[in-house]
Amino acid sequence: MDSLNRFKAVAADPAGYAQQWKKEKGGKVVGTFCSYAPEEVILASGALGYRIFGTDLNISRADAHMQAYSCSLVRGALEEVLAGQLDFLDGVVFPHTCDSIQRLSDIWRMNIKNGFHLDLVGPVKLNTDSAREYMTAVMDKFRQELETSLGHKISAADIESAVAVGNRIRNSMQRVYAARMEKPGILKGADLHAMVKAAMVMDRTEFAVLAEDVARHLEEMQIEDAFTGKRLVLSGGLCNMPDVYGTLEDSGGAIVADDLCTGHRFFEGNIEQEADMMAAIANRYVNRNVCPAKHAGIKNRGENLVRTAKACEADRVIFIYLKFCDPHGFDYPYLKQMLADENIPCLLYEMEERDTAEGQFRTRCEAFLEMI
Amino acid sequence: MTEDQKVVDPEKERRKIKCVKKMKDIMTTYYIEAKTTEQSGKKIAWITSGGPVEPLIAMDVIPVYPENHGAMIGASKMGVDLCEKAEEMGYASDLCSYARADIACATVNGGPIGGLPRPDMLVCCNNICGTVLKWYEVQARYFDVPLFILDTPISHTDFNDEARRYVRRQFDEYIDFLEEHCGRKLDHDRLAEIGRLSIAGQKLWQAVLDTTRHKPAPMSAFDAFFHLALIVTLRGTQTVVDYYTELLAEMENRIAQGISAVPDEKIRLLWDNLPVWFRTKWLSEKFASHGACLVADTYTSAWCSSLKYLDENDFLGSMAEGYSRIYLNIGVDAMAAEVLRMIDHYDADGLVMHSNRSCKPYSLGQYDIQKIVQAEKRIPALMIEADMTDARNFAESQIETRIDAYMEVLKAKL
Repeated sequence: MDSLNRFKAVAADPAGYAQQWKKEKGGKVVGTFCSYAPEEVILASGALGYRIFGTDLNISRADAHMQAYSCSLVRGALEEVLAGQLDFLDGVVFPHTCDSIQRLSDIWRMNIKNGFHLDLVGPVKLNTDSAREYMTAVMDKFRQELETSLGHKISAADIESAVAVGNRIRNSMQRVYAARMEKPGILKGADLHAMVKAAMVMDRTEFAVLAEDVARHLEEMQIEDAFTGKRLVLSGGLCNMPDVYGTLEDSGGAIVADDLCTGHRFFEGNIEQEADMMAAIANRYVNRNVCPAKHAGIKNRGENLVRTAKACEADRVIFIYLKFCDPHGFDYPYLKQMLADENIPCLLYEMEERDTAEGQFRTRCEAFLEMI
Repeated sequence: MTEDQKVVDPEKERRKIKCVKKMKDIMTTYYIEAKTTEQSGKKIAWITSGGPVEPLIAMDVIPVYPENHGAMIGASKMGVDLCEKAEEMGYASDLCSYARADIACATVNGGPIGGLPRPDMLVCCNNICGTVLKWYEVQARYFDVPLFILDTPISHTDFNDEARRYVRRQFDEYIDFLEEHCGRKLDHDRLAEIGRLSIAGQKLWQAVLDTTRHKPAPMSAFDAFFHLALIVTLRGTQTVVDYYTELLAEMENRIAQGISAVPDEKIRLLWDNLPVWFRTKWLSEKFASHGACLVADTYTSAWCSSLKYLDENDFLGSMAEGYSRIYLNIGVDAMAAEVLRMIDHYDADGLVMHSNRSCKPYSLGQYDIQKIVQAEKRIPALMIEADMTDARNFAESQIETRIDAYMEVLKAKL
């Protein structure tokens, strides 16, 4: 599938892609840190939103700024920028989530002098009217700050067409997820990951076209034998380790759904056309499944996870956490309990971004998936 | 040697802070009252250390502080057992040790005071960290009680109007929440009076801390760690005002009498981050053995760090800013500026930074602050890797060697 191959190529070298894009289009590239960075606003500004992941580099420069007990995502991102690997960025936007990202933003602002630096300090609780209102105000403020940083106005029409592209992407991704749930194994986890990663760094209009192609292709694809392995749900934050997916599949599983920041949370929920489009954008963030650094009720994440697992008839849930991730760490015991109450076994694997899935993870997966 | 035969060192006796006993009595009375509400019928709210306690006091709700409890667990060296218990419950060992200890303690009623009294409600203000949100969610599920979250957006570089409006509105929601769960209306005049007492208490606490500008300092940060408990737990009461008035008088008297915290003070140090609760005595003696006094710290002064935003004539109106713009809920560069100011204000010769595995918003950024202090003040900083409550993260011999080496560097500069 050509479209999928294109995604894999982009995901293999996102920085190379962004630099090439910049050269060809003469546009600006804006680095983002998580799925709370408003895609549509960046797209409406004409800039390329570029999700910053961790790094393949050995951490050395970042050690001068951040303790070893911070997660590999924040240390890795800092390493990348200090090593000059992100020099092509014209600016960055830091949505407020956890304590580590909060401090990474400060350290970045204090040490990285090229490019603009925007903090998007949204509400932490999302289930009140005042929080919704504040989220809209924050989005509006971000739009204005982005205009100032990029030196041009973002019109209402720009926002509307960006929302249309965003919705188109989310529709395609939801179709891909649905096809995968219906026909487990038709799309390798690593390939889907490449697609998700591409969605976060590629020219969104180009991505929207190719994603529709992939969705159609998967929907039309016939499967010869019904899947007999274990149906898995992945839950966690960022999972940027393609071999994790391969390991799970080799062990006899197929991922049928996820609750990941680099996954379903990024695509969930469309933006309705409303009179106040900034409120419409804000509402999507308020309504979708939350990152554990946000609050939408004391059992919200557990209920969503159980609902997801049941809806896709999952046999197992795998928690993939980055080591030192506090918000996920605090949620694990109760999520595990809620799954246990529904007789859904789960496995927790804590890893650092540069770990490989070989060895311990493989052994544990094999044992876990063989479990009756 | 029996008690009677114990030789009393008159010099050591003279140095002891006399208010300590009174403080212990106040805290004992407070905890007894909190643990016997079946008689008084009062409600109990668990609240975060930086949370707005004044409306609770105005509603006759007894505030209880899991963080103060965490400190007591640490100081009584019960942290490791409880943290391990939390790990058995599935909580990762990298999570905040206050949270781990408290979550475990709630299930076994363990710790130094047999567990905290059961809450009727939880009030979580995230001005100190994001961890408290997760911790209070855990406790809201465990105790099945209502949770109010006061969300105070961080001021990376500024506190903007959007955030101000949002927090101000939440104070109204907070009062609605209390009225609903207490079944009666808030007396606004009473809140205004409690606000005045809160501000008076904070000013007195700052005045107590400022007595250490005198050379030699009449008290140290280790004393401040102890006397801090009142401004945290009983802020907004006359008790705090009276107690700190007395403590301030004692400090002024010590200055007049020439009584210092550390005999023959030679080196003045600023401490950054929470105390290492289970090793305060050891650290205090270690520094004192070098003639070094921790004259100030960024932690205990945080409870008066937003005084400039509070208005005693409009306490409720000013709480949004006062509770949002505390030390910690600001950018690392603003924290560095405060450290520089404190170095000047207390004429510190050195800076000791506790890199605290349990507290990311406090610790991440310390390396940059260290560099700024070095560049601006030509003062080296000592970094101690430890934890506030979990003693497994404390390598005593390594830390001792580092302190000794740092003291030699500072002595060479004198």
